[in-house]
Amino acid sequence: MQPFRIHTGRVVPLDRANIDTDQIIPKQFLKRIERTGFGEFVFFDWRHTPDGALDRSFVLNQPRSKGATVLVTGKNFGCGSSREHAVWALADFGFRTVVAPSFADIFATNCAKNGLLAVVLGEKEVSDIMQRTTAAPDYQLTVDLEQCRVKDNQGFSAIFAIDEFTRHCLLEGLDEIGLTLEQEAEIAAYEARRQT
Amino acid sequence: MSEPRTLLDKIWTDHVVCLLPGRLPLLYIDLHWVHEVTSPQAFDGLRAAGRGVRQPGRTVATVDHNVPTTPRGTPITDPIAALQVQTLERNAQEFGIRLFDIDSPDQGIVHVIGPELGLTQPGMTLVCGDSHTSTHGALGALAFGIGTSEVEHVLATQCLPQRKPKSMLIQVSGRLGEGVSAKDLALAVIRQIGTDGATGHVIEYAGEAVRSLSIEGRMTLCNMSIEAGARAGMVAPDEVTFAYLEGRRFAPRGRAWDEARARWRHFRSDPGAKYDAVVEVEASPLAPLVTWGTNPGMVVPVTGHVPQSNELGAGEAAGVARMLDYMGLEPGTPIEKIRIDRVFIGSCTNSRLEDLRAAARVAKGYRVAPQVRAMVVPGSQAVKRAAEQEGLHRIFQEAGFEWRESGCSMCLGMNPDILQPGERCASTSNRNFEGRQGRGGRTHLVSPMMAAAAAITGHFIDIRNWQFR
Repeated sequence: MQPFRIHTGRVVPLDRANIDTDQIIPKQFLKRIERTGFGEFVFFDWRHTPDGALDRSFVLNQPRSKGATVLVTGKNFGCGSSREHAVWALADFGFRTVVAPSFADIFATNCAKNGLLAVVLGEKEVSDIMQRTTAAPDYQLTVDLEQCRVKDNQGFSAIFAIDEFTRHCLLEGLDEIGLTLEQEAEIAAYEARRQT
Repeated sequence: MSEPRTLLDKIWTDHVVCLLPGRLPLLYIDLHWVHEVTSPQAFDGLRAAGRGVRQPGRTVATVDHNVPTTPRGTPITDPIAALQVQTLERNAQEFGIRLFDIDSPDQGIVHVIGPELGLTQPGMTLVCGDSHTSTHGALGALAFGIGTSEVEHVLATQCLPQRKPKSMLIQVSGRLGEGVSAKDLALAVIRQIGTDGATGHVIEYAGEAVRSLSIEGRMTLCNMSIEAGARAGMVAPDEVTFAYLEGRRFAPRGRAWDEARARWRHFRSDPGAKYDAVVEVEASPLAPLVTWGTNPGMVVPVTGHVPQSNELGAGEAAGVARMLDYMGLEPGTPIEKIRIDRVFIGSCTNSRLEDLRAAARVAKGYRVAPQVRAMVVPGSQAVKRAAEQEGLHRIFQEAGFEWRESGCSMCLGMNPDILQPGERCASTSNRNFEGRQGRGGRTHLVSPMMAAAAAITGHFIDIRNWQFR
């Protein structure tokens, strides 16, 4: 997994609450058996009109989104289906971090397993970022996982909370399965205990 | 005396393998269900790292999401879907995992066949790469959905590093009225607490209305927990649970059964146990519900109407305007005036025998409205056989419903069963998200009885006034 330490990048605002994973990656793209190549399908039904043309009014199709790496969005982001394809698609599109007032549980876990940092900030802070980025298409944010801080170079600064284990794994880009396998003796002992 | 504990506390403590400093608790997983859509990348991950499946005996697979619901034996026409199904077959064989394949008499939706086969049992931990794994909590198991990386983690280690979720008690007092089902209760809970009301929590449903539900009804209720954001939903096992499990193929037998039942009785919250959140719901005033928006919390009684802007909270208006535009609905429209094009009776929420019986009772002696296309998709081959033994298929067919083979079908439209743009569907499934049942499709979530009645009248109608024939 690609480690996440400090990242600075351009911001895309997607000001809607309760965006579900069916929107992030529609079902017709779940049939692939690889982890890669989902980026071009991210938010497919919002990026395309029913006749297949690009919808220029959707933010991800605007020039400001090209090369952007930070997604700022509404509460309960990633609700619904457990499909990890949603995270693969966001990461493959180029996002390194998503900032929102809250995330759905399974989605947040999936993010952590793929080096995509899910940052929870207060509603006010998110709306502050939303206003700043909407006003300035080249607006950038720095997300610092070492200091657990989000800031810009115009005076915005906020700290965020993240559990220590997830932070550690992200900072180091650790293979969590490898970590669990280090506890092989304990797992075997548990299994033996359960069988008696 | 020790501190009173919740059902969640008890199952959790039983399954913590170890707790190392700086690590999350390592939770042992008793049963892991695998299906074709969220597993191929996990098996690839194992191969790439040279790892095996730690406990093939605790891992079970079936195909459900992609399978066609046309008669078995016809090939899967979508080559990518076919490859996914074949990939699961190959992986199951390579790693020694039991697979209920497309031709198996036990095939069905993961969350229908787990309990049906007696594989899901009280006090277990159970996971699957599918958010509706919460369904299995109806038997008093801690069951939750996971992503593909976690699927790989469980395959390799039979464990998951997990933060202990918070607990939420949903206490449902009174009883559901005639014509009001577990589905309506589930929707009422989501309406009350919101689609993120239970984020980070495991819900325990309790109270008279929950106790008086069958196991199938409890499954419907637990199934929808994820739509309120919950990690899982569960109901403490009781005599209803034991009666449901006794004699099922993978349930313990003989002395082992007696021992298991004695052990299972302990899986209930102690009096005075503390929850992180408590929600009270009254069952008796509930009416049959119909969703009008694009998330399951946007729901009103069938006697109500699509909300007007002055009935909405501050900040809701913009989102609602967008939803109504997608749904093709005007504010103030009475729900009973909404006409439908399609009906889907199926999904892990409502495709079990009890659901089909309820729908058939409504359909009996009637005809589906001429402009409506209605399909019934049993949750499993076993449900289908049982329904046919009772003659339910004939009631449906004579009324003009299509009687299909088992699978997830039009709940998420990964197989050919999808809505066309603009089509409006009364659906017994769990998600009315934009495009969920087909791009541009408009989904209204309802109970099986309400769906069957809508098929016949061509619009929503209060099932409490139905003339049964």
